[in-house]
This record gives sequence, structure tokens and C-alpha cells, in this order.
Amino acid sequence: MRSLLLAFATSLALALPAAAQDAAPPVPVATVQTGLAAVIAQNAGAIAKPSRQTIAPVIAALGQAGAGAPDFLQAWADKKLGARKSDGAIFRVTKSADGYALADPATGADLGTAAKAEIAEIKPNAGVRGLIASALIQFQLSDPDPKTRLAALTALARDGAAEHLAPLAASIETEADPAIKAQKERLLGLLTIRFGATPEARVAAIEGFGADLGLDFRAALNPILATSRKVFNEAPSGNVALTLTPGKPGFSEAEAYDLLVTEGLAPKRLSSADLRAALESHIENNAVGGVPVTELADPGKREAAYAALEAAGKVPAGATDAEVSAAVAQTRFADIYAEPDPTVTDAAKAALDAVSLKVSAMQGADLTLDALSLASIYFLAAIGLAITFGVMRVINMAHGEFITMGAYTGYVVQQFISDYTISILVALPLAFAVTFAAGVAMERLVIRHLARRPLETLLATFGISIALQQLFKNIFGTQARPLTAPEWLDGAWVLNDIVSISYIRIAIFALALTFLGLFLVVMKRTRLGLEVRAVTQNPSMAASMGINPDRINMLTFGLGSGIAGIAGVAIGLFAKVTSELGADYIVQSFMTVVVGGVGNIWGTLAGASLVGGLQKGIEALNPSNTLAAQTYMILFIIIFIQFRPRGIIALKGRAAGD
Amino acid sequence: MTHGFLTKNPSVLIFLGLLALFTLTVTLLSNAYGVEVISTSMVKTLGKTLCLCLIALAMDLVWGYMGILSLGHFAFFGLGGYMIGMWLMVARTREIVLASATGLPMTPQELNDAIATQIFGVVGTSQMPAIWAFAGSLPAQLALVVLVPGLLALGFGWLAFRSRVTGVYLSILTQAMTLALALYLYQNDSGLRGNNGLSGLQNIPGLDWAGQDRLSVWFLWASALALGLGYLACAFTVSGKFGSVMRAIRDDEARVRFLGYPVEGYKLFVFTLTALIAAIAGALYYPQAGIINPAEIAPIASIYLAVWVAIGGRGRLWGAVIGAAFVSMVSTWFTGGRAPDLNLAIYTVKWVDWWQVLLGLSFVSVTLFAPKGLSGLVDLLAGLRPPQRRGAPLGPDDGALMEQEARQ
Repeated sequence: MRSLLLAFATSLALALPAAAQDAAPPVPVATVQTGLAAVIAQNAGAIAKPSRQTIAPVIAALGQAGAGAPDFLQAWADKKLGARKSDGAIFRVTKSADGYALADPATGADLGTAAKAEIAEIKPNAGVRGLIASALIQFQLSDPDPKTRLAALTALARDGAAEHLAPLAASIETEADPAIKAQKERLLGLLTIRFGATPEARVAAIEGFGADLGLDFRAALNPILATSRKVFNEAPSGNVALTLTPGKPGFSEAEAYDLLVTEGLAPKRLSSADLRAALESHIENNAVGGVPVTELADPGKREAAYAALEAAGKVPAGATDAEVSAAVAQTRFADIYAEPDPTVTDAAKAALDAVSLKVSAMQGADLTLDALSLASIYFLAAIGLAITFGVMRVINMAHGEFITMGAYTGYVVQQFISDYTISILVALPLAFAVTFAAGVAMERLVIRHLARRPLETLLATFGISIALQQLFKNIFGTQARPLTAPEWLDGAWVLNDIVSISYIRIAIFALALTFLGLFLVVMKRTRLGLEVRAVTQNPSMAASMGINPDRINMLTFGLGSGIAGIAGVAIGLFAKVTSELGADYIVQSFMTVVVGGVGNIWGTLAGASLVGGLQKGIEALNPSNTLAAQTYMILFIIIFIQFRPRGIIALKGRAAGD
Repeated sequence: MTHGFLTKNPSVLIFLGLLALFTLTVTLLSNAYGVEVISTSMVKTLGKTLCLCLIALAMDLVWGYMGILSLGHFAFFGLGGYMIGMWLMVARTREIVLASATGLPMTPQELNDAIATQIFGVVGTSQMPAIWAFAGSLPAQLALVVLVPGLLALGFGWLAFRSRVTGVYLSILTQAMTLALALYLYQNDSGLRGNNGLSGLQNIPGLDWAGQDRLSVWFLWASALALGLGYLACAFTVSGKFGSVMRAIRDDEARVRFLGYPVEGYKLFVFTLTALIAAIAGALYYPQAGIINPAEIAPIASIYLAVWVAIGGRGRLWGAVIGAAFVSMVSTWFTGGRAPDLNLAIYTVKWVDWWQVLLGLSFVSVTLFAPKGLSGLVDLLAGLRPPQRRGAPLGPDDGALMEQEARQ
């Protein structure tokens, strides 16, 4: 507070003598005029009626006028200035009920009020406001409020210009916040690459970034390396990126000639459509150039007719192939950089090459993450299927519907519990319970009666699948139901501009790992696991050892279905919950089981990794076409089965023989 | 030989007689040749149903008699449809292009370009893909109707049977095959118009003068003829020694192999033969349906095929035909919204919504309680009662009780 008072006193002391010297022009209210006030007064007319073409020097002068300038410019941009109609003096105005409250334009001191009719509001257009905002940035860069500084940096990053270089560089030294300082330095580098005064400075700036992965760095480099294809009569001049030879791969003779045509250096070639149009407009007595119209279905006859018309001088001569070749041979073609300085383009090219190498490495890493997350989804979806198939040799076609059932359970739970975190925590065990019950019911009612008839079981479970799917449609409707993830799962873990993975997928990965561990513990450390393994290997031998295979079958089926329900909740968090949710994953789950081999959790894991990795890998080769990726993946699996008919990890011994 | 074959299989004559009677009745009730009781669209539905019966025959042969639960036969059906559809589309478009041409007569190149633009405008190209090379010629495309699905079945079957993929593995693999094909066809650059499919197939080029009324009856005749011939072929295949080996493979593949029979050869032959029958059925089906798109090939269609055969009664050719006809007609009736709502006190059952549930559950009950399906009803009338063996083989290790059952 004291420093403010002191500053005010100093400015008063300085201003007083200046006012004495400054007699003109008469401004009755503002008695002191210096710095900003003087600049405002001098340019009052231009400020009141700004034009985008001419206002730039005025804004520059205002920007350098010293204290108060940022506030004044801001007020100007916010349309809070007014000009007094009688003498054109500028004020800050605030609209009130009966007129305007006036304030000094430079200091903001209160200057009373004025009637509505006395003041004309100043409303600069959008172009002028843009110029003002650009001038304001230099002040905002040193603004005490970090938010304003950040906003200014964002604005600069969007459309920085050469004149921002100096203020930005100046503001770095005084910057206290290390994060903002780093951002400023980066922005300074980027701006130097684009607008640096000397090529040396720009090259140094480019090299300063090294192989930086930021999109902004590449965005700054790319315009430097932009080329345009040009035509030369002698040796190519300018900053040549590449000399082109027509006929070589990547630059055909036709392309070369088209370039000549667009440059207006050669006549157009006669296309078949032009030929047809020319002939049609010269039909006389059912003939063109002496050739009867009915014969003109033959391309040779058409050429002859056109030649006849050409000889008669009725049509312009089209360029023949020989002429095209000659014209192309006479001319040189080259790609020319828009950037004239070769040292800059060389440095940019080297930097971009280094970056793209790193980018492809990072893309590989990103792809691996994607594949891992897809594999964990498939693993979760397939693990239940693999268990039931391993133990009972039963393919459960309704497995997909159990996944859907789990997702719908999650949806229903969210209808009752509004806190997403708690609702998910409730939904997971509840989904397990619901689908476990459904699985046990299905085993007791249907599958048990079809023992030793695997194909019929497959069909019966399919019948259940279509019935359940329609039932879901009847209950929940056909539109997608929301299953919202808790807030802490929103967003993504961003490593850099390329490698990122959403938290939901990480959670699913963790869930898959948990289930792998849980499954291993149950299988290797519990009585149930022992019995399940025994039944898997040989049901009748297990039965004679006192194990009840029916009970084991029932529990296994319930367990497999229960895991499907949990997978449903997990999948529902990122996919649309519809009655077809599970059906979308069922074929991939089958593939996972078939590829992995039955009766072994590691086989399922390997199968899921293979299927997921393969799908992502093929997608990466042809990113526009996910359908093709699935097609090729299935083809691959069909061929894979040729070499390992029992999957990656096959059971050995008598169990393998069914 | 023929005499012996027919006396051994009296059901063939009965079936052919009933089929002829059915065709004659429909013809006499049709708009074109009779008393105009059955509408043209109904005639088409009946014709399509005959085609579905034909593919159900194929399914019964490969599943009921051979024990290969193929969940991919609709891929062959669809491919047959696509092959004939290509010719229909090109020939039809050529007529349209020529009719609307003005000015100079077109060069062959221009004609091709115009046809390609017409056909492929919807997928954003005007290039005729290479697979359409023979689409201009009817004999070539008719040959492709059997060649393409036949070769696919041969290649796939050879790969699958050679590595002894059996049981549910094979079912899943055939399902994967049809899914791969459907996904491939869904792409716009597959050359078969992506998910637009081929359309306008009901207009037969050069037969505009006949009108849909007569065309529908002709197609009914063709479908009935194909079904009759297909039934004869299937009945011939399953009777005699070949049929015995087929059933033996179904019941115990390993024993047949140990007896010295080339099991893989038998399987491959039957798989390919049924694929051909399916393709012919498809080639007759889609000109009546008018449109074909990749959704027709989706795995679910092939599973429904298995449902028809199971409900009709597998292991009997006429059972499969009855199943396909019955389920597809009833399904049309229920989903068409013509079935009256069932008004329970608390809830009105709208069959459009609940038909699938009913179908699924009745399918489960058929599998559980009536493994012979509808054809079991005929057995019931004839007083035949099968022993309850729950799928267990009739072998030595389960004791003499089974032998006693079998004698009953």
C-alpha cells in the first residue's frame, strides 16, 4: 500500500512540470499530461475511429507509453472507451442509468459523469481488437497473476508473431514460476525457429530442441520444409529440395505434363471426353469428318474423324503424345522450399528426421500399450469360456450374454447408487453373483442333460443366447445404456504427445492381472482347484477318486460365468452397453480360447496376447480399416490352427485325445 | 440301380410327389397362371423358402449324416448369391446405360466406364474391380456360382480336415471363416459395394416383358426343381455304402479311420458337395429376394440354419426340409407383426418382441427333449420309440443293457 502511494506521489511530482510546458490542446478535465495521456491525446482521432490498416503504429506507440498502457488497451479492446462529442477527448466510460460515468483514460481516476448524448462509445472492430490483444500480450507476459501469464502464453502459442520475440525474451528473466518459465523458454525457441532474425539464431533454436517429441515442435518445423513443385526452363533456382526427373517413380510424365498445363506453358491434352464432345458438335448428315456416326463406337474411327476435322481446321489441334514428351523433356522440374535459407532447411530436415525416428519408436511403444490393453480385455472376456471349455469340453455360446448381463447389472446398480466409485465397487461382486447364479442355473437345467454331446450343447446354449439377447432388448430397450466410470478413472496417463493410455484401460489391465493371480491361487492352492484340475484331466478317474464331477462342473460353470459378468462391468465402462455388447466380443473370445489351447490359464493368456497383439498390429499397418484387420486376423488364426490344432499350449497325455 | 434305390428309399418318391403337388397348387393359385389367390410377394416368399429348404438339406447332409456342425454354410449361400448378383447387376445396368445413351454410340471403354460409375458410385469409385472381369457373361458367372464357393469349401475343408480339427473346434473355425468373409465384404474396397451390397436383383435382364408376376412363378419352379434334384442327390449320397461310411464317421471317426477308410477324403467330399448345394440355393434365392448384402453372411444366419435342421430333425433329409420351411414361415409370421398379441392379465406379449425368446427357448427344449425334432412326431405316429441313451455311444463298454435297448 505504501509503495503504491509512493508511486502515485512520484508520478504526480514528475507530471506537474510537464503539464506546465504542455499548453496545447485544451483539455479542460485532465490537467496533467505526459506519457500515456499525451499519446492518447495526440491520437484521439485515430483511437476513436480505428482502422485495421492504419492503427498499428498508434497501438505500438500506446504500448510503449509506459504505466497504465495495458489497462487502457484492455479497456479499448473491451469497448469501454468513449469520445466526448464536443472536443473528441477520450475517456473510460461506464454506462449508468442516465448517462456515463467518466474516468481518466490513463490513470482511471474518476472524472464525474456525462449525459448520454455527449459521449460516443468507441467500438473497435474484430480486426483492431486482434491487434490490440496482440499488443497486450507483452504486458500480460509479465502480469503478476500466473493465470494471465499462462493465458498469454497459450495465445502466443496459437498465433505468435515476430514482434513478440523481444517481449517474450525480456519476460523470461523476471519469471519466478519455474513451470511457466520453462514454457516461456520453449515458446521462445519455437518462435525463434519461425521468426528468428538471423539464420544462425534459427538453426541454433532448432538444434536446441534436439529430437523433441512435442507436436508444437513438429508444427514449427513443417512449414519450413513445405515445398512446392515448380517448372524451370534452365537449372532450378532457389532453395531446391529435390530435382525431379519425369518418368521416375513418384513423378510420372503425365504428372509433369499436367504441371506444365496448370502453369499455362503447354496446351491441354485431348481427353476422350473432349474428343467425344468435339465430335458430337460437328455431326453433319449423320457423319463426322466423313465417318458415319454409327461407326464411331470404335476408338480408332474416332481418332480418324477428329484428324479429318483437324485437317479441315474446325477443331483446335490437341497435343499428341510426341508433343507431350518433347515439352516435358525441354523442361526441368524441382521441389522448391518456401524457406529461402538452405542452412535452416537442412537443420530442420535433420531435426525432423531425428524426431520421426523417435516418433516411430514411441508409436511402437504406444501400439504395445494398446495391444496389451486389448489383450487384457480379451483375456477377461475369454477366461470364463476357457475354464468351462477346459473342464467340461462345452462351448458356451451364451457367454457373450453373460458379459452383457454383467454390464447391465452395473447399469442397474448405478440407478440406485449415485456415487460412481461405490456403485462400481458394489457392481463388481454383484455382477459376479448374478452371472454365477445364471451360470449354475443353466448348467443344472440344460447342460447337465446334454453331457457328452458337445455339439448339441453348443446349439442349446446358442438358443439360450438368442433368447437372452431378445430378453435384454425387451427389458432395457435397444438404445445404449450409460455405465459411467468414476471420476478418478477419467482421463488418460499421458507420457508424451504420442504415448498415452486411458486410466480405464490401465484399470482393466490391473483387473486382468488380478484375475490371473486369483485364478492361479484357486487352481494351485485350494481343494476346489485340485478337484477341478483332476476333472479336467480325466473325469471318470476323478470320479472314482471320490470327486463329484457334477458338483465340480456346476461350480466351474458358475465361476466361468461369474468372471464373464465382471468382464462385462469392465467392458461396459468404455463400450456402449447394449444387448449386443457381449456378442461383439464372443468371436474374439472363441479365437482366444482356440488359439491358446484349453485347460491351461497360460494358454488363454498367450491366446489373448496373440489375438490382441495381432489385431492392433494389423490395424497399425492399415489404420484406416479396422474391418480388414479383423478379417486378416481371422485368416491368420485359421492358418495357425493348421500348425497347432490344439492351440499354443496343449494338454498332453490322454486328456488331449478327448 | 435306380429301381433299387427308390424302393429302398420310399420317402424320396413321397417327397418328390408332395413337392410337385405343392408347386402345382401354388402355380394354380398364383396371379400369373391361376386364380389369383396367392399374391406375388407370397409366391416369392414360398420360392425363397424352397431355397432355404435346399440349403437345410445341405446342412443336414454335413451335420446330420456326417457330424460336422458347420456354422458357415451361409457363406457359400451368400457367395452363390453374390456371383449371380454380379451378372444381374452388370447386365441390368448395361440395359439402363444403353437406353439412356445419347449422341455418339459408345466405345466399349465408355460403356464399361458408364456401367462401373453406375454400380460403384455409392462406394465412391468408378473403377470396375478385377473380380468383376467375368460379370458381363452369364455362362462365366454361372460357372463362378459353383466354382467360387466350391473352391473356398475345398480349400478351407482341406486345411481343416487335414489337421484333424473336429468337434466344437471345427464349428468355431467355420464360424470364423464366415465372419471373416462377412467382415471382408463389409469393406467398401472389397469390390462388392461394401455394406450396400448388390441390389435390384429381382429385375432379370431381357425378361422385362414377363413382369414380376410371372418371374416369381418361374423362380418358384426353378427352386422346386433344384430342391427336388438336390433331394435326389442327397438321398442317393446317404443311401448305400457311401452313406454308411458317412454315418460311421459321425458316430466314431477314429474307428472308421482304423478300418482303413480315408476319413478326410469323405469329409472333404461331403463338405464341398454341400457347399455347392448351398451356393446353388443362394443363386436361386437372391434374385427372388432382390438384394444381397454382407449381413446375410453374418455368422448368426448359419447358426439359424443349424436351428432349422435341429428343429426339423437331423439325420433325416425330409426332417431338415420340414424344419427350414416350418421355422422360416413361422418366423416370418411372428416377426411380420401379423400374429395376434397375447394378452396376459399383467402384460401384453407382443410377438414381434418375444418371438426370438420363444424361438430360443423352444430350440433349447427341442435339443433337450426331442433330439429328433419335428420328424420325431412322425415316429411317434408310427409307434417308434427310441431308447434313452443321452448321447452315449452304443458300444461294448456300457454293457449288455444297451444291446437290449437297441433290440427294442
